[in-house]
Amino acid sequence: MRFTSQSKTIAMLISSVVLMTACASKVPLEEKAKVEEKPVVATTSQADPNAVKEVKTASVDPLDDPKGVLAKRSVYFDFDSYVVKEDYKSVVENHSKYLTTNKARKILIQGNTDERGGSEYNLALGQKRAEAVRKSMNLLGVSDAQMEAVSLGKEKPKATGHDEASWAENRRADIVYQ
Amino acid sequence: MRSLLKKLALSIALAGIGGAFVIAPAQAQLRVEVSGVGSFQIPIAIAGFANESLTPQQVTTIIKDDLVRSGYFRLIDTGAVITESSPVNFDEWKQKGAEALVVGSVQQLADDRYDVRYKLFDTVKSQTLSGFSVATPPMNTRQTAHKIADDIYEKLTGVKGMFSTRIAYVTKGGSEYRLEIADADGDGIKVALRSNEPIISPAWSADGTKVAYVSFEAKKPVVWVQNLMTGERRVVANYKGSNSAPAWSPDGTRLALALSRDGLTQIYTVNADGTGLRRLMNSSGIDTEPQFSADGQFIYFLSDRGGGPQIYRIGVNGGEAKRVTFNGNYNITPRISPDGNTLAYISRRDNKFQLYVLDLPTGQEQRLSDTTKDESPSFSPNGRYIMYATESGRRGSLAVVSVDGKVRQKLTVQAGDIREPTWGPFMK
Repeated sequence: MRFTSQSKTIAMLISSVVLMTACASKVPLEEKAKVEEKPVVATTSQADPNAVKEVKTASVDPLDDPKGVLAKRSVYFDFDSYVVKEDYKSVVENHSKYLTTNKARKILIQGNTDERGGSEYNLALGQKRAEAVRKSMNLLGVSDAQMEAVSLGKEKPKATGHDEASWAENRRADIVYQ
Repeated sequence: MRSLLKKLALSIALAGIGGAFVIAPAQAQLRVEVSGVGSFQIPIAIAGFANESLTPQQVTTIIKDDLVRSGYFRLIDTGAVITESSPVNFDEWKQKGAEALVVGSVQQLADDRYDVRYKLFDTVKSQTLSGFSVATPPMNTRQTAHKIADDIYEKLTGVKGMFSTRIAYVTKGGSEYRLEIADADGDGIKVALRSNEPIISPAWSADGTKVAYVSFEAKKPVVWVQNLMTGERRVVANYKGSNSAPAWSPDGTRLALALSRDGLTQIYTVNADGTGLRRLMNSSGIDTEPQFSADGQFIYFLSDRGGGPQIYRIGVNGGEAKRVTFNGNYNITPRISPDGNTLAYISRRDNKFQLYVLDLPTGQEQRLSDTTKDESPSFSPNGRYIMYATESGRRGSLAVVSVDGKVRQKLTVQAGDIREPTWGPFMK
């Protein structure tokens, strides 16, 4: 009981300090409502002085690390080829590892082709690329419920040139987290 | 007027040599260039219709454009205005070289509509061939003119006219994709769907009221059917994987489409409301681009079960698939003519993607284009022409060629790409 009344006093003290500083620093009118909410929160969270709140240092989901291995999300294919190349097995493995430990995460695997040929046949060929990635990930333990292999065919080229460099860039499957 | 003249001048310059000429209707956003002539040309005189300046567009100008564009008519200069009730001196027209004469009139009706009357004469036989009158609301002037052109075409060539039919295609401008509907001459453009994601493979229902298409708005291909009049749209196929290549059965009750729900892309049929999914067949390769034959008995499709993509045919309820194309190692996008005798498709030979036709009874194959990036052929409903997508100056454009290869038209937009054309049916 004593603790409680003491903590109430502390809380009141804090709140008046907050209010005073708030007034002193000429907060614009519309922000006043926010300032008044703070002391209420302080009262409830400090109700038990024996409580220990666990704090984690800032750690990002490895998926959000722009320099991490999971930042690589594209698998490139050779001309007229629908098998995952040796060079891109690590991309597939890294995302498989992440997905098997984060079962709630789901991905779309979007297959793409270069611009040559018909829209619909290219759509089916892009699907074969997406399927190749899906099958590899499935073998590494990723559940089918976490993956959907789809195709964008030649409809959404990343490189818009009409040369071999652009075509190579567009023969690709992308892993897209949902 | 000045911009129209400028447009004309530019078009003529682009069309180059070879007797090419240009039709650029004042309001058109699509520019049409025509070259070549039909295997025969009927000399026809089209007189001015009495009072035709009353309607928003001049009826005889539209009729003349339609007939000339078809390649089967040669205009005989008249300069005269003749109504359907005036007496005709047949000898005079015969002397001028005209085998047929068109006359008519426009009258304002009490309810803001126009009474458009027309008559067609055979000057050689000195007799009336046809004629009718249509009460036309001002905004339907073009339609009425196209109907008159259809009637002239049919009476003189024996084949139903297609000037009052429509086309659907996709344009891309900036980041916007639009599914557009236009008259067969590229005029009267209406937007059916706008999206920030690609739209492909539009397909008309046989009654011309609905269009099925593939939209990527959900980050993956999904098949939709849209009612053009109400704008109501519904998903017909959104299974796991890719959903694409819709084609209507001739009776409008079912759609054939390609789904990858079981891994490999395979052909299924489904009711027009999305129920009753049935797998047509199982193959070890990609099966896609199904197309019903006009009698509804067969489905033509692309398959790479034998290695490269070739065109096959199967019964609408399954059975044994028969290979149809044997020349070249890349034949895609089968389209079957309304009479079932001609197969149009795109073939890759020497790294050129070009339009070909195969006469099915004789097995005779003919290349119909000189361009190198052709796609998406479709027959006009009278079977005489094929429209397809090609590239002109790095931009997508549309082309029309007569099935005998003699008449050619090119349709381009002022800015942006135009692709995925498909010719609509005859309307009731």
